[in-house]
Amino acid sequence: MSMKTLRGLLLLALPMALSGCHTVLMSPNGDVALQQRNLIIISFVLMLLIVVPVLIATLVFAWRYRESNQKAAYDPDWDHSTIIELMIWSAPLLIIIALGAITWVSTHKLDPYRPLDRVSAGKVVPADVKPLEVDVVALDWKWLFIYPEQNLAVVNELAAPVDRPIHFNLTASTVMNSFFVPSLAGQIYAMPGMQTTLQAVMNKPGDYWGFSANYSGAGFSYMNFVFKGMSEDDFNKWVAKAKASGDALDQATYTKLEAPSQKDPVHYYGSVTPGLYQAILNRCVQPGPSCMNMLRMSQPDSGGGEAAASPDSHAAMPMAHPQ
Amino acid sequence: MSDMTMTVSGGSGADQALTFHVTEADHPENATLLGFWLYLMSDCLIFACLFATYGVLGREYAGGPSAREVLELPTVAINTTLLLFSSITYGFAVLEMQHNRRGPMMAWLIVTWLLGAGFIGLELTEFMHLVSIGAGPQRSAFLSSFFTLVGTHGLHVTSGLIWMIVLMVQVGKKGLTPANKRRLMCLSMFWHFLDVVWVGVFSFVYLMGVLA
Amino acid sequence: MTFQNPDLAKLVFGRLTLGDIPYDEPILVYTFIGVAIGAIVLLGLITYYHKWGYLWREWFTSVDHKKIGIMYIVLAMVMLLRGFSDALMMRAQQAIAFGPHEGYLPAAHYDQVFTAHGTIMIFFVAMPFITGLINFVMPLQIGSRDVAFPFLNNFSFWMTVSGALLVMTSLFIGVFARTGWLAYPPLSELPTSPDSGVDYWIWGLQVAGVGTTLSGINMIATIVKMRAPGMTMMKMPIFTWTALLANVLIVAAFPVLTATLALLALDRYAGTHFFTNDLGGNYMMYVNLIWVWGHPEVYILVLPAFGVYSEVTSTFSRKRLFGYASMVYATVVIAVLSYLVWLHHFFTMGSGASVNSFFGITTMIISIPTGAKIFNWMFTMYRGRIVYDVPMLWVVAFIVTFVIGGMTGVLLAVPPADFELHNSLFLIAHFHNVIIGGVLFGMFAGVNYWFPKAFGFRLDAFWGKVSFWFWVVGFYFAFMPLYWLGLMGVTRRLRHFDDPSLKIWFEVAAFGAVLIFIGIAAMIVQIAVSIIRREQLRDTTGDPWHGRTLEWSTSSPPPPYNFAFTPKVYDIDTWWEMKRHHWRRPVEGFLPIHMPKNTGTGVYLAALSFIFGFAMVWYMWPLAIISFVALLAVAIHHTFNYNRDYYIPADEVARTEAVRAGA
Repeated sequence: MSMKTLRGLLLLALPMALSGCHTVLMSPNGDVALQQRNLIIISFVLMLLIVVPVLIATLVFAWRYRESNQKAAYDPDWDHSTIIELMIWSAPLLIIIALGAITWVSTHKLDPYRPLDRVSAGKVVPADVKPLEVDVVALDWKWLFIYPEQNLAVVNELAAPVDRPIHFNLTASTVMNSFFVPSLAGQIYAMPGMQTTLQAVMNKPGDYWGFSANYSGAGFSYMNFVFKGMSEDDFNKWVAKAKASGDALDQATYTKLEAPSQKDPVHYYGSVTPGLYQAILNRCVQPGPSCMNMLRMSQPDSGGGEAAASPDSHAAMPMAHPQ
Repeated sequence: MSDMTMTVSGGSGADQALTFHVTEADHPENATLLGFWLYLMSDCLIFACLFATYGVLGREYAGGPSAREVLELPTVAINTTLLLFSSITYGFAVLEMQHNRRGPMMAWLIVTWLLGAGFIGLELTEFMHLVSIGAGPQRSAFLSSFFTLVGTHGLHVTSGLIWMIVLMVQVGKKGLTPANKRRLMCLSMFWHFLDVVWVGVFSFVYLMGVLA
Repeated sequence: MTFQNPDLAKLVFGRLTLGDIPYDEPILVYTFIGVAIGAIVLLGLITYYHKWGYLWREWFTSVDHKKIGIMYIVLAMVMLLRGFSDALMMRAQQAIAFGPHEGYLPAAHYDQVFTAHGTIMIFFVAMPFITGLINFVMPLQIGSRDVAFPFLNNFSFWMTVSGALLVMTSLFIGVFARTGWLAYPPLSELPTSPDSGVDYWIWGLQVAGVGTTLSGINMIATIVKMRAPGMTMMKMPIFTWTALLANVLIVAAFPVLTATLALLALDRYAGTHFFTNDLGGNYMMYVNLIWVWGHPEVYILVLPAFGVYSEVTSTFSRKRLFGYASMVYATVVIAVLSYLVWLHHFFTMGSGASVNSFFGITTMIISIPTGAKIFNWMFTMYRGRIVYDVPMLWVVAFIVTFVIGGMTGVLLAVPPADFELHNSLFLIAHFHNVIIGGVLFGMFAGVNYWFPKAFGFRLDAFWGKVSFWFWVVGFYFAFMPLYWLGLMGVTRRLRHFDDPSLKIWFEVAAFGAVLIFIGIAAMIVQIAVSIIRREQLRDTTGDPWHGRTLEWSTSSPPPPYNFAFTPKVYDIDTWWEMKRHHWRRPVEGFLPIHMPKNTGTGVYLAALSFIFGFAMVWYMWPLAIISFVALLAVAIHHTFNYNRDYYIPADEVARTEAVRAGA
């Protein structure tokens, strides 16, 4: 077993990775993830332009100029060549200019905050379709999904109609997590007292794997959920089924739910107290010093410049002052 | 292993003038002042982090008192004056040191020490007052970063004071030897550095906090 | 008042109780028994052979940069064994914990293992390796007799040891952090991590960090002030250049870590609100600060390794280094840029697109000077006469491995791609690809290369090659599957999986880890065999590889004063030039040599720091105060000692040199 055979195996593995026979990242079903996949492939190929010649040249030089090969030229004092030096600086530079341009454009285009303008290649979002709103809360150690328009909530299951943009608002209860459905779109952190946003769309019905991609403590390994891509009809049925659950998510049930637990089964809440998500975001579910202080905070977004607390964090929070 | 290294030495050997070692005793430059300056730069970065932290958290009052409500400029003005004057008096001590006048140098050091101790005393009074009115470091992120920034500076001044006593004892015992002079110069750099940091604290925390 | 009084017990022992000793965890008990037996045997042997005095006088209290360098590398090797055991445990857990099978490590243990693995590998393996190599080689390369502050050097080493000991203590008393190696708050704050774990992490790193920062200052001052006459900046050996820039980065980055850890400690000990969820705290600031240190840290590790590759490539290609100036500029550019990329570690935190693309593009720009370096090594081999001794094998493996790792790194620098790959096993594969392939391979090349300089005999080449092949092949088996798993959407730090199709890849990775294990074992065998065969492997010339730089001009091992006469420098490859002119070591005209005296103060200070750290971890306030005051007292007492140097008389120098010339 030499390194060269190994290298050969590796080179065989690359096209497999690109064709993406089984890997979810290489064969996603959401338009955003698909564009991200394409970006990975384009960047990869662009870099291969320089990496493959470097690898070949290294191995060729290493072999050809071995000591026993006395036929090869030997030039012990040769240590400079302006042309070669120009080349070795400009070749990577050119690749990076190309890649940098791609990066600038794609980062803006695939900014998770930017509303989608297409549901899939060549298919723009119809003017009358508004994104499905989902508020996501990462709890210890389960996911809570609140559908404000449908007035329902689910633990550890997420459903959405295909080909309709989804607008996620995300926060967390105690520690940082990362919301990630690889087949749908790239991940984004869910953080306590902060709100992040993700815009995505699923193009094919099916069950997809979702999880937390940022270590959050003992129950992290089980912080999984199923993302269900559904036709519009199936989604409506799913909503009706969830609504049929008698449970209501209010301050008391939320406080119980928030306590650390693992491997929680899927659970539906047929109704949600209005403003609950805002209260969680502003750490106001329990009236207390942290919440009161949010009210008097001078600048809600004077933080590090990443995710900022919601601009209306000072708005009235019904849960903050229970009757 | 090949022996070709020796055969490729094609050099003509014409320039026999090259000598490859120094035959006199070796006197490397003393690097203490450079080393100490590097240490000060690393310390400066710690303060930079604390300033940055204050910059981020300095207005997170969390319902507690704001800078304008708790910081008192008159006290700080006296404090600042004490520290600035102590820098000047340390300068006088260094001048005396360069003229090898031990007595006057010690006198100036004592004046410097008293000014520094006065600074620390006033700062402690301010801290105790803040804690007594419920504006301790646990109250809000603003107060956490305020106490940490100002307190870290205060800790530095305190260690400077301890160091000054040690040096005075050492100069008393050994006189103004080169080693002691070098140490006095290090402390001098340290003391002036703390002064510069304080100017930053004064403008960034106190002036901007109260006047903004 | 009796000892049963709970208040008194609490005062003395803080929150430490018998329950904190993990005697009910078999893995830890066996580990403890193993470590204890090993320690007793080792200590017994030292006592039996009456080596304590020798160790204390010649090693522990030594201010000789060469001995300190060797001690750093011994520390790195020992800690590598610990860090690698953690790796094996993780690989085993992930290879078996599928579906109904929970594996053999509960979360409470597994989460400590991956935190300890990262912390130990970076702070107590890679860093001591780098510092040790720089310590040993750099003063010799610049023709100096020691570093600028020899006592400080000894102190720095023992502080690193104390930090390592604190982390190791957490194995048997209390727990280690369960937060990941960078201990992001809010998870690392008191409400979610109330036990001793994060505190061990904080104090271990703080104590070691003092050592690292001081050592950085020391090395910069040495390179700036103590170069041999004639050695201008652009005639410095390339390893010294990389050492200079790595230490500049240390001095410019470690204070940020110190400050950040101090703020986290204040949150945990004093109830402040820097990184808490409530009362205005902002944990995103921690993430920014820690990476302002963390990214330069990567280059602190890899730059000196680049220096090693440059020296080795040039020596074993029997050829001048290609593009010396562009190598230097590339290193400087990398060092500067390393401060402008930190945000790429958290594109997914929701920064705006412009901020993300700025940091993505600056990250990619680093690949330009790095690429230039790769080309320079390539063209150093071009038209050379490459001798494949063990160090050179590591170089070739490095270039191939590092190019792959660099490529995946640039891929991760594209923010939308990172959204899919962040925190995945793809990322894990990437940074092991560059840290093992870049840093560790370089350290192994360096150890094989400079070992004969340190001990006067070469390392056994056969076992070196066995180790090399197992390491390299093992590396590919262990980490290529992780790239694949990353593309399958598997995230890091999981201890259990549901999808059975992942299993085979984890098994391949575990197999790779076993191969690496054999590689490490072969390394130990290599050292043992070399010691046994030292007479056959003896090098009497001081220059076994036909080296090019000054360290090879003195005998092996070098005398305490390194050079009887300070060398004079005309060229980058000074020793090569000296050989061309048939220079011979002078045999007469010696002068007394001014040297620093050994001192035990560094050991005492570091021991007190350990006690202080331990007391802080367990809230033993009186002990903490006592040890802190003692720390100050010993430090002040040390400054009253003005008698710190001595002269080696000229006739002793003459005797030493005669032995070396005649040997």
